[in-house]
Amino acid sequence: MENLINIFIKSIFIDNMVFAYFLGMCSFLAVSKTVKTSMGLGIAVVFVLGITVPVDYLLNKYILESGALTWFDSSFANVDLSFLSFIMFIAVIASMVQLVEMIVEKFAPALYSTLGIFLPLIAVNCAILGGSLFMQERGYNTLAEATTYGLGSGIGWLLAIVGISAIREKIRYSNIPAPLRGLGITFIVTGLMGIAFMSFMGIKL
Amino acid sequence: MKALRKFLDKKKPLFEKGGKYAKLQSTFEAFETFLFVPDITSKTGTHIKDAIDLKRTMSVVVLALFPALLFGMYNVGYQHFRSAGELAATGMFDLFLYGLIKVLPIIVVSYVVGLGIEFAFAQMRGHKVNEGFLVSGMLIPLIMPVEAPLWMVAVATAFAVVIGKEVFGGTGMNIWNPALVARAFFFFAYPSKMSGDAVWIADKADTFSGATPLAHAAALVGAKGEAATSIIEQHLSNTWDMFVGLIPGSIGETSTIAILIGALILIATGIGSWRIIVSVFAGGFVMGTLFNLLGSNSYMTLIPAWQHLVMGGFAFGAVFMATDPVSGTQTTRGKYIYGFLIGFLAVLIRVLNAGFPEAMMLAILLMNTFAPLIDHFVVQGNIKRRLKRVKVTA
Repeated sequence: MENLINIFIKSIFIDNMVFAYFLGMCSFLAVSKTVKTSMGLGIAVVFVLGITVPVDYLLNKYILESGALTWFDSSFANVDLSFLSFIMFIAVIASMVQLVEMIVEKFAPALYSTLGIFLPLIAVNCAILGGSLFMQERGYNTLAEATTYGLGSGIGWLLAIVGISAIREKIRYSNIPAPLRGLGITFIVTGLMGIAFMSFMGIKL
Repeated sequence: MKALRKFLDKKKPLFEKGGKYAKLQSTFEAFETFLFVPDITSKTGTHIKDAIDLKRTMSVVVLALFPALLFGMYNVGYQHFRSAGELAATGMFDLFLYGLIKVLPIIVVSYVVGLGIEFAFAQMRGHKVNEGFLVSGMLIPLIMPVEAPLWMVAVATAFAVVIGKEVFGGTGMNIWNPALVARAFFFFAYPSKMSGDAVWIADKADTFSGATPLAHAAALVGAKGEAATSIIEQHLSNTWDMFVGLIPGSIGETSTIAILIGALILIATGIGSWRIIVSVFAGGFVMGTLFNLLGSNSYMTLIPAWQHLVMGGFAFGAVFMATDPVSGTQTTRGKYIYGFLIGFLAVLIRVLNAGFPEAMMLAILLMNTFAPLIDHFVVQGNIKRRLKRVKVTA
């Protein structure tokens, strides 16, 4: 149990998807204009990560890893399908995003129209694929660990995008130098948020 | 005074539109309003009739910083001569003078660089010179190590003023406290100058270890049994010294008493929010107590919760940094949450993150990041509650 809490906290603050690895930047920069929409997108990312990481974990463990297919037939002991992980993970992610899109369209049509193209684009959001690949690379051992990691990094991303969107709402009427308005200042804000998040860097849990 | 006023009035037309130096109008205006309360009144929109303006507010904060500054100078001398073993032979005035000579250049560099950039931006962008830097320029030297090379102070100050403030549109628009941005920049760009035990005492003699109490406390994490108690006895038992401030540390942060005097000035004039100050201390105390109960290493068990509040920059951050009205939260309930989380996180990072024994500044920087979010949710909560009330009565 303690292990799971560690993974959870670590994935939210210390290994934050945005500020530690700078993943998922395109939607992070583009959809963070208001707190409300970024909250919606953030929850969608949490949902997708929370499902794809455990599913990909099962895929990895029972199909892709070297010797993973022995449950099917012992003659497959030498088969290593891990070169397929990218394409398999992407397939899982794409289908999950389709599901999320249908749910959002049905239950929150207003959010669906504000998110626009960025909702289907979650499928190619590097934070999502990154979540699955980090899961594979760090070798989480149980389904529970993988799920916790997926949810944690999703919540970390949610925290980041909600934080920056509140800042962008606040600076909307600031007298920012004209060349920096819009994306320029957003990059600077992201960098400074990264400095603030460095306080967690190096914490050992 | 009258002669000065006359002189300014005589020169004023030169700087107005069409005048000889019209381009330097904002520079002239900055000096004029610094010397005299301006007689300009708002013509449109909502306005409050009050004699206080930004310059007056900032002057009060600088005044509140003075006890910490003066004591900081004294302490620089005290630590130096203590390190050299000549403490008994040196008079109090000499201690102070030594500190003054060490600290004054840092203050001058910080003001010259910061105000220079500030004036340049005001000229180029055609707005008034923002007086916010009066405070930041004083805060930056106070949170620097005594032996910080002056060019580093200059670079950190320039970074803080340009990236931390001017790109957001100047005073009142910044998201992060500029002084903290300077410190964070300094910390991450030149880590060897900021940590370690060599830098906290000017011209340290080798016989005297100059590490801050926090650095000693961080060493507790790995220490067990006797080793841990000996660290406590040698370096951390004299809480009175920590409270008075006769310990190594950044220039202005060591003396809790001097900082509390500043806090009284800020609270009495209503410039600093007592809500934030109180809740920062509460947050730190709660987290310290939690660690005492948890007690998984000697740092957690042997340092009582209240000692966290007098060590390092905790008090300084709580009183002068967290209360910054621009980068902090604006809503009443938000202030409690914001302050509490600062104290909480500061002690948390201090104890868990061996790399950053001085966590107060980072905790405030992190909560500066989330202050707009806290405000957003507090405001939304209020809107929701009021909507509900309307529905019930209708």
